[in-house]
Amino acid sequence: MIPELGHLALIFALILATAQAAMPLAGSLTGNRPWMTMARPLAYGQFVFVAIAFVALVEAFLTSDFSVLYVAQNSNSLLPDIYKVSAVWGGHEGSLLLWALMMAGWGAAVAAFSRNLPLPVVARVISVMGMVAIGFLLFMLLTSNPFERLFPVPPEGRDLNPLLQDFGLAIHPPMLYMGYVGFSVAFAFAIAALIGGKLDAAWARWSRPWTTVAWVFLTIGIALGSWWAYYELGWGGWWFWDPVENASLMPWLVGTALIHSLAVTEKRAAFKSWTVLLAISAFSLSLLGTFLVRSGVLTSVHAFATDPERGLFILIFLCIVIGGSLALYAWRAPEVSEGGRFDLLSRESALLLNNLLFVAFTVLVLFGTLAPLIYEAFDLGKISVGFPWFNKMFLALAPFLALLLGIGPATRWKSDQPWRLTKLLWLAFALSIGVLALTSMSAVSGDDLWVPVGIALAAWLLFSHLIILRERLKHKQQGWRQAIVADFSGNGRSFYGMVVAHLGVAMFIVGVTMVSNHQIEKDLRMSPGDSHEMAGYRFEFLGAQKVNGPNYRADQGHFLVYRGERQIAELFPEKRSYLGGGMPMTEAAIDAGFFRDVYVSLGEAVGGGDWALRLYYKPYVRWIWLGAALMALGGAIAVSDRRYRTARARSTAPAGAVGAKA
Amino acid sequence: MKARQKRLVLVGLALVGVAGATTLALSALQSNISYFFSPSQVMASEHPTDAVFRVGGLVVKDTLARQEDGLTVHFKVTDNAAVVPVSYTGILPDLFSEGQGVVAKGRIGTDGVFYAEEVLAKHDESYMPPEVADTLQTAHVDGIVEQTTGTNTPRSMTQ
Repeated sequence: MIPELGHLALIFALILATAQAAMPLAGSLTGNRPWMTMARPLAYGQFVFVAIAFVALVEAFLTSDFSVLYVAQNSNSLLPDIYKVSAVWGGHEGSLLLWALMMAGWGAAVAAFSRNLPLPVVARVISVMGMVAIGFLLFMLLTSNPFERLFPVPPEGRDLNPLLQDFGLAIHPPMLYMGYVGFSVAFAFAIAALIGGKLDAAWARWSRPWTTVAWVFLTIGIALGSWWAYYELGWGGWWFWDPVENASLMPWLVGTALIHSLAVTEKRAAFKSWTVLLAISAFSLSLLGTFLVRSGVLTSVHAFATDPERGLFILIFLCIVIGGSLALYAWRAPEVSEGGRFDLLSRESALLLNNLLFVAFTVLVLFGTLAPLIYEAFDLGKISVGFPWFNKMFLALAPFLALLLGIGPATRWKSDQPWRLTKLLWLAFALSIGVLALTSMSAVSGDDLWVPVGIALAAWLLFSHLIILRERLKHKQQGWRQAIVADFSGNGRSFYGMVVAHLGVAMFIVGVTMVSNHQIEKDLRMSPGDSHEMAGYRFEFLGAQKVNGPNYRADQGHFLVYRGERQIAELFPEKRSYLGGGMPMTEAAIDAGFFRDVYVSLGEAVGGGDWALRLYYKPYVRWIWLGAALMALGGAIAVSDRRYRTARARSTAPAGAVGAKA
Repeated sequence: MKARQKRLVLVGLALVGVAGATTLALSALQSNISYFFSPSQVMASEHPTDAVFRVGGLVVKDTLARQEDGLTVHFKVTDNAAVVPVSYTGILPDLFSEGQGVVAKGRIGTDGVFYAEEVLAKHDESYMPPEVADTLQTAHVDGIVEQTTGTNTPRSMTQ
């Protein structure tokens, strides 16, 4: 009964979404006020019904109702409750429902937090979000109904894929989807602005916090995915350039370009058409990512089981969204007035360069991801693009981006003088060169030149941002500590958010550089009592024994790790076999540290108590995710900036009058 | 006029960047792609002898043999038409098992054995790599195989 209610709720949600897509928009075009005011209640209504459907599915999982096909495929009565809940989005249908829930949630949030916006704008934004919601609800109802019944009812479920039975993965998809779907708000604002023909600084200021929030979620989602892959897959890697990872990275790259270009549009009313194009691209790439994951056209470790019908639906949806929005863009964008002028050396130019680099990298990732499809389409053979290619592309662009990142925030809007910048930044530059020289000397051979370069670039970011901070505070009368506190609680949030996020980039660079060049990994066979020395750590294998978990049996290895004579860790890696599907899984044991991880994973028992196993030494690997966390934190700080909270008073003020500093 | 010149400079720079990136990307791509060959194609010597490529199919039952050192494994991969012996040193992925679809990346030795640097099996047991599914399909269409059941493991494994 409850699953049918869920199904019914989805149908109601679709009806409301259709009304939401049509009425407010029609009202805004004809000036019909009552129709426009329908936008908010319709958005709330759609959210309520999708939420009912979602709760119905959660209920089916918690009560292990295996008469529902999706539950039978993805759950098991032995599964711990927390994973029963996360199993809701462990498969295709349920993750789509989660997507729809978030879509409706963002719509309701826009409805609730847009009191200070002109009614026609709100009406159009919510309409566009309704249109996108129609696409996803239809997709679910036509091809992927999570409430489909199964008869005869099996006595037991097939169990959730053991890889997904993990806390990191329980929260990774929701975060990632919040990001993906969040870009639909930026998209909706852009489309609404195109429809209204009014692209101005006010539009940028309205959509900026929404875009940043979506970007923060996406950053956290990607970082969680990377962290999860690192400890759960037992391969010790943190990024594989897998098509699905690329699918999440592309919207992030374009989203990063978008939040920077929105800054220009807000402050200087420039780059308007470009910003709109980025907003359209960010969301389109999110959809493309979904298509790649769901259709199974690419070989990927993440791929859901293939279904051509689903692939076709998303492809059509993708064409409508991209084609429609680009057509609207081509029709309306030429009418957009030219923005403020700027010199070749100015903040605008720096941000433009930032945008070009991000877009170039996105295009490369897109090309690398789709290359197998392109080759196959032209009958050139079945290929796969190795991750060294992606690494090369990243290394070709990232150093320029990092160099620019140290200069950009120091430049002035509109026009700057070369000598002023030189005078400001020479010290940071000299110090980084010093770091480069020092680290080069300690590098043993020429082949790991990347290490000094990476460390020097990170140092450059640190020093230049410290100088930029000092420059900002130099006219303040108080001591620097009080000055920062006063500035932070005053109008400086977006500035400090930027600094924190950029320092996150520096931290990320250090992590990537160190772990890529200095990690050690060794496959070996060990007998109980054996020791192995690696990177100054001695691993002693005491043997393995059988243990039982709630829904699995496992062989558990016992290791002692010594640094010199001191025991620093006791590790228990496991090789599990899950009762539901009989699927084996490696559960790595990691001793995490700020400067290094040591990591053991069990391969296979090879007879006589011996094990084939793998040992890892991963220097600075945590810095990768801590760096991403700082970026997300920076975004969160920037969103809390006062001008977004007091936007009501200013939203009617002329564009040029607002926020000329920072 | 001045603004237009400035814009031209920017557009020019962008074009140079794009052209540079494209050249770089394409030339690097050539050395980093690996082609896929089915066991039948390998037996027919269609594969490169001096480059890394991928071979995929089903792991033939009862061919998985662990060598003395405990780390090297030998197994055979088939598309139900031809069989290629594979040697791999290291830890196999969790979902590697006989009868399952697998893709190995490496080079072929002069002894006709495929020396894999990397072996991929999938996260989900019901998932079959598209290349492998295609390969089995082709062999099926060619009428070489008596029986293949969907994308799943064939019940009778011809050797």
